[in-house]
Amino acid sequence: MTPGLSLSAEERVAQPAPPRRRARLDRKYVPLLVTITLFVAMAGVGSVMYTGFFSAQVFLNLLIDNAFLCIVAVGMTFVIISGGIDLSVGSVVALTTMVSAALVERHGWSPLEVIPLVLLMGASLGGLMGFLIERFRLQPFIVTLAGMFLARGLCYLISIDSISITNETYKAISQARIPAWADASLSVGAVIALVMVAGGMLAAHYTQFGRTVYAIGGNEQSAMLMGLPVRSTLVGVYAFSGFCSALGGVVFTFYMLSGYGLHAVGLELDAIAAVVIGGTLLSGGVGYVFGTLFGVLMLGIIQTLIMFDGTLSSWWTRIAIGALLFAFCLLQRLFEARQPGAGH
Amino acid sequence: MKFWGHRLFWPVVTLVLLLVLNAAFSPSFLRLSVRDGHLYGSLVDILKGAAPLALVALGMTLVIATRGIDISVGAVVAIAGGVAAWMIGGSLVIHDGVSTYVSRFPMWLAIGCALGVALACGAWNGALVAFVGMQPIIATLILMVAGRGIAQLVTNGQIITVYYAPYFFIGNGYLLGLPFPFLLALAVFAVLLFTVRRTALGLFIEAVGVNPAAAHLAGLPARRITFWAYAFCGVCAGVAGLIVSSTVKSADGNNAGLLLELDAILAVTLGGTALTGGRFSLAGSLIGSLIIQTLTYAIYSMGVPPEVNLVVKAAVVFFVMLMQSPEFRRTVARLVRRPLPLEAAQ
Repeated sequence: MTPGLSLSAEERVAQPAPPRRRARLDRKYVPLLVTITLFVAMAGVGSVMYTGFFSAQVFLNLLIDNAFLCIVAVGMTFVIISGGIDLSVGSVVALTTMVSAALVERHGWSPLEVIPLVLLMGASLGGLMGFLIERFRLQPFIVTLAGMFLARGLCYLISIDSISITNETYKAISQARIPAWADASLSVGAVIALVMVAGGMLAAHYTQFGRTVYAIGGNEQSAMLMGLPVRSTLVGVYAFSGFCSALGGVVFTFYMLSGYGLHAVGLELDAIAAVVIGGTLLSGGVGYVFGTLFGVLMLGIIQTLIMFDGTLSSWWTRIAIGALLFAFCLLQRLFEARQPGAGH
Repeated sequence: MKFWGHRLFWPVVTLVLLLVLNAAFSPSFLRLSVRDGHLYGSLVDILKGAAPLALVALGMTLVIATRGIDISVGAVVAIAGGVAAWMIGGSLVIHDGVSTYVSRFPMWLAIGCALGVALACGAWNGALVAFVGMQPIIATLILMVAGRGIAQLVTNGQIITVYYAPYFFIGNGYLLGLPFPFLLALAVFAVLLFTVRRTALGLFIEAVGVNPAAAHLAGLPARRITFWAYAFCGVCAGVAGLIVSSTVKSADGNNAGLLLELDAILAVTLGGTALTGGRFSLAGSLIGSLIIQTLTYAIYSMGVPPEVNLVVKAAVVFFVMLMQSPEFRRTVARLVRRPLPLEAAQ
């Protein structure tokens, strides 16, 4: 019955919590912040070292040249957050370019029919792999590996040579430039990539699908026990990744104006690298589509720096990406090791 | 134990079926003749061609047995081949009318260095997995990405041609009438089989694969065993790199050993080793690599474009994978036992 005492007790409980939570940064944003800081630092170093580096177009070119990688990586982000992996993305990109080129050039289909068809094809291929993974408890690594063989093999069944695209619509889209600001501009592919990043962010953070993906990555058993639609979501994640690969393939077709079975070899590794560098935990459960955008830009800026330098050979790109991947994996290990104590 | 219940039963049946298929298609397939003092024929070609894959698959078996995976072996093959080819280089010098082959460094040194680099690559993977605690796929992904860059760095981005005849023996030579690369793979297999089955090491590796934490608590040096499995896998890839570069008499940093890791994983899986770790079969992996090589040979000899290979391999992986899945077997068994009710299919 003593109001003073109960008030002080309330104060004791309530007071310390809110200011401390606001003052200190949540741990889970650390990898993302490191990536953004590193990107800004590399951009700064490039601008100081090389003349002509610091221009809007150079930075927009990062997005234009890596638009397909960015789209593929958005799908890969969801797969990795769910605790899986998708090795088939590069082959699906190649298959998409091949099917598009063959239908448009050899059978005279309209791009308006071809593009939805290849998108549907990518999504169903991904969905099929997701179904096998989910229904028969198979390892994602092996299933998507077989998918990778399958898609590459199908490319060669269509043709073992490169098919160039002369279709007017494809050419027009490929050359179209959307003005950004001043005299800098973006390609159609880059705009699609930005839309996909925005859409991916919305889907990850504001939809039931996104929350379920995070929950599955955190702990599949718990997600199941909570009554979340684990099975359909897992199939959906791989179907989405297949869709993203096919969309990446469409953008790649705009970029290269050809279909070829050897297109995008090793793209799956670049996509995984971009996702990891973007701060997504490979053990699943934690990650950001926004970070993936910066992961892609990071890979792009390494290439651009090596290009501007001129004395370094192209293979340094791969070594640099490997080193960066190593650094980020170490960072993740430190982060994971402290995770149980952090408990958010 | 009934013979059809044996672990190697299905792999052997697959291999025999493929051989019969080949023989039915081309009657000369099984013919063996002696030419230039060694055996000659399609079967010998298969043994010779399967050697690099068999070596990589043997190393991979140990890694998979510890519940890991090594996807960097293709890159290590390229690096080891590049180092050996660069150090040997070699040229044909005509001195006083006598032509002799001269290598840049002595051949044993070049081979030693190449294997040393391969060991270092394997040890790097092993350290990341065993001591840093990274997931195997990711730890080896780092070397897979960077490795091709390193291989190109070694070969300076070009295809290095080797002009030193003694080096060609590794990939093309014959000993006791059999191709030398195959004997090399067989020797590694024999030594490995002896070490794993006649000492407790095999049991230790299986224990680590079944449950690393329990193995550690039982007093096993779980981390050290994992580390050495990867290191050994690296050396195996290195030997495969020597064979590959010696067979084609050149080193190509970009394409040597491309997709070899996938073939190796497929060979191990075909041989009956589950990817979940624990029980493993070295003989199975050897048979698995022979299956893949025979399959490739069949596709070539039937006049089908070699690129179709990938589709066939994909079909094989899907099939093997489904057969290994208890859920799939249960579903099929349920469908076979009572095919009437509709809910059985769901």
